[in-house]
Amino acid sequence: MPGQAPGDATPSCWSCGTMRAVHFCSSCGKVQPPVPVDYFTFFGFPRKLNLDTAELEREFYALSRRLHPDVFGQAETQERTWSLEQSSMLNDAYRTLKDPIKRTEYLLRLEGVELEEQSKQATEKARATGELKKQAVPPDLLEEVFELNMHLEELRMQKKMGEDDPALLEEIGKAKLSLEEKNGALLNELKAEWSKWDKAVEERSEDNGTKSDRRKILDRMLDVLNRRNYVRNLVRDVNEALES
Amino acid sequence: MAEPIVGIDLGTTNSLVAYMQGDSPVVIPGEDGLNLVPSVVALDENNQVIVGNDARRYLIETPERAVYSVKRLMGRGVEDILEELKLFPFRLADDLQSGEVIRIKLGAKTFTPPEISAFILRQLKRNAERFFGGPVTKAVITVPAYFNDAQRQATKDAGRIAGLNVLRLVNEPTAASLAYGLDKKKNGIVAVYDLGGGTFDISILKLHDGIFEVIATNGDTHLGGDDIDNLLIAIALDDIRGDLGLEFGNEVRRSGEAVARIRQAVIEAKIVLSSQPTAKLDVDLPDGKKYQREISLEVFEQMIQPIIDRTVGPCKQALKDARLKPEQIDEIVLVGGSTRIPKVRRLVQDLFQRVPHTDLNPDEVVALGAAVQANILGGGSDITKEMLLLDVTPLSLGIEVAGGVTDKIILRNSTIPASATQYYTTQVDGQTNVAIHVLQGERELARDCRSLARFDLKGVPPMPAGLPRIEVKFLIDANGILRVSAREQRSGKEAEIDVQPTYGLTDEQVENMLLASFDYAEEDFRQRQVIEARREADTILTALAKGKKNQAWQELTNDERRNVETLEKALVAVKDGDDHHAIRGGIDALNEATMRLAELMMDTAVSTALKGKAMDDTDLEEGPQAGHPVAKAEFK
Repeated sequence: MPGQAPGDATPSCWSCGTMRAVHFCSSCGKVQPPVPVDYFTFFGFPRKLNLDTAELEREFYALSRRLHPDVFGQAETQERTWSLEQSSMLNDAYRTLKDPIKRTEYLLRLEGVELEEQSKQATEKARATGELKKQAVPPDLLEEVFELNMHLEELRMQKKMGEDDPALLEEIGKAKLSLEEKNGALLNELKAEWSKWDKAVEERSEDNGTKSDRRKILDRMLDVLNRRNYVRNLVRDVNEALES
Repeated sequence: MAEPIVGIDLGTTNSLVAYMQGDSPVVIPGEDGLNLVPSVVALDENNQVIVGNDARRYLIETPERAVYSVKRLMGRGVEDILEELKLFPFRLADDLQSGEVIRIKLGAKTFTPPEISAFILRQLKRNAERFFGGPVTKAVITVPAYFNDAQRQATKDAGRIAGLNVLRLVNEPTAASLAYGLDKKKNGIVAVYDLGGGTFDISILKLHDGIFEVIATNGDTHLGGDDIDNLLIAIALDDIRGDLGLEFGNEVRRSGEAVARIRQAVIEAKIVLSSQPTAKLDVDLPDGKKYQREISLEVFEQMIQPIIDRTVGPCKQALKDARLKPEQIDEIVLVGGSTRIPKVRRLVQDLFQRVPHTDLNPDEVVALGAAVQANILGGGSDITKEMLLLDVTPLSLGIEVAGGVTDKIILRNSTIPASATQYYTTQVDGQTNVAIHVLQGERELARDCRSLARFDLKGVPPMPAGLPRIEVKFLIDANGILRVSAREQRSGKEAEIDVQPTYGLTDEQVENMLLASFDYAEEDFRQRQVIEARREADTILTALAKGKKNQAWQELTNDERRNVETLEKALVAVKDGDDHHAIRGGIDALNEATMRLAELMMDTAVSTALKGKAMDDTDLEEGPQAGHPVAKAEFK
């Protein structure tokens, strides 16, 4: 809408006055001052978690060609500043969205779920109600983790003494493999929640029932992420013990 | 033609300047016709700065007036370089304070590493200006990918001191990939292994329709050919102590000249061993003694193994960060002079299970890539208009939080420009100042990371601990240089800084050095003109003294003689001043006044010659009109 004042929902291009996209003018191609938008909107994507990463990469490259400071080598200072801000936002958005875990965490935050606070609250709530404890060892891993920690302790002792026990290394290797499998399973579990979320977004319903459904999906995703974090930390411990 | 933008490779051992000639980047040679300008700076006995090949002889003749490999000192503090000082003949200024930017002694003067680098850049600028026949003020300069913020700032400062507007700092391996990808136009994953004189970088890139996207980079900013040289020097000194006695060995070790000779000999041997099975060392030592030894390739390779093995860790880490297996790398490009060593090539081949590319000149490819990037920044041409470089930050950036822990805000290998915001709060009730300590590095503890800068967010309204909401925002620009701002959100109190490196120069210092370098250059030029004018004045005065003894002097009128003598006195009076205009004026006036004397002398000479007298006695060549040729002062 030509002539529309900047700052409105669909501001006009500072250079030619026509309506513009969030980063550059679709009419004259000029870079625009950054507006606070979320990463999905920046790429023109719906707020869904199943994302075609090949398409994301294509968009990233296409936007890079228009926004990167190298393209503004000869431009005025103001445009160069906007290009720096826009392309740093582009890079941050791409880095976040291309990684499935970062993308999920970002969406949770966007939907008002404070990751750490939430998990703390969740733990307290779980303690109070006797439900599943999100910060503690996931119950299905309890036995495995206990055994693994013993093995790791043994390995550290042996390393200190300069000893070598192939049987122990094999045990730890097996445990590591099992953890990695678990990691894969958790990712699949997360992806199942993605699909539920995406469906809810498609329905765009705002009635209270759907809202609380959506909240449940978000909570389940958080739970999966917490468990996954736990497993990932264990894998890191194993790697550290093996490499040290 | 618009003013050209040049690409500069400011190397540890050699530096080059290149530009885009039509569709291909070319290196601009120096006046000596050579592409490489050795990164050696010396001060001659008249305190004139000598750079490059001409400066190399000073390394041996007057090592206290010369410096090499100064890139190792860029952006570092005294405490950072204690190890270097054991191995390199860097002479620090005597009055250096802790926490101050390093200053190096050259003769009686001292210079910071950016100033010394600026001398090299100025030489390259001159080479380019001579080549284009016009001013060159815009450049792209390359830096090792693994350079931290302080080292990058120092390089940018060097550019400014040299009178260059540094449009972009480009990572060396990435620049190399631009030169490599320019004519290949292939998509795929490329690894660039860059082992130069003083630094090692490994970068893994994805090439996609003209986009050069760096996926991961790693390296060591203190690993290169210098380390091989130092090892060989250490071995030679051991040998000398063994063969010629401990006392003599120690004497050699203390002699700058002897060590410089050994260094030159081991470098030559190293080069020979890249193509021959053995190399001979033959060095003249003090007291007419000699150090002679033959090194076989086999022994050489055993000796350097531990050094080149240090490149393996960074390569593996880069692959891991890129989430790639070696077999997923499509091409390996070798960059840097040290990749000429066959053992290095075999190591790369084993590591990536692929024969590396060796068709590009490893000494020139970085400068050529810088020229390509310069062309892109200048608006591009047909061949570069689809090309775009997406580089990354090599090291994580963060701040120190309570307990001395590093809180990372931007992770390494993030595509730049990059930004990130983190929120913090206070630890103590009523806290009004918050200390922001900016860090770079991968370690958990702040004290193990590189300290980039410290600043205070002041004037936070007193609130109970935990209530203030302090927003810390990091922004890395396309040069990999960081800007940090902090804001207390509840009060809106703000503090912002361009990260001023802990061991960096302030903007004011850089400005002063820039002005000083102009003065310095002009001073050089002016002094040279004075020296040359004085020489010319001496010539004419000597000739006049002889002329006065000639009978032609007597044939002048009294007025003519008086006039000449007045002007002679005037010239003598101004000659020892340092106003070359005044000297020149005196010379011209005296020249004109003695015109008739010269003519008369000429006549006398001819008639004398006719009488059969030898020309020698007539002082013909020494006449006032026949002064010695004087070299025109050149803008240096």
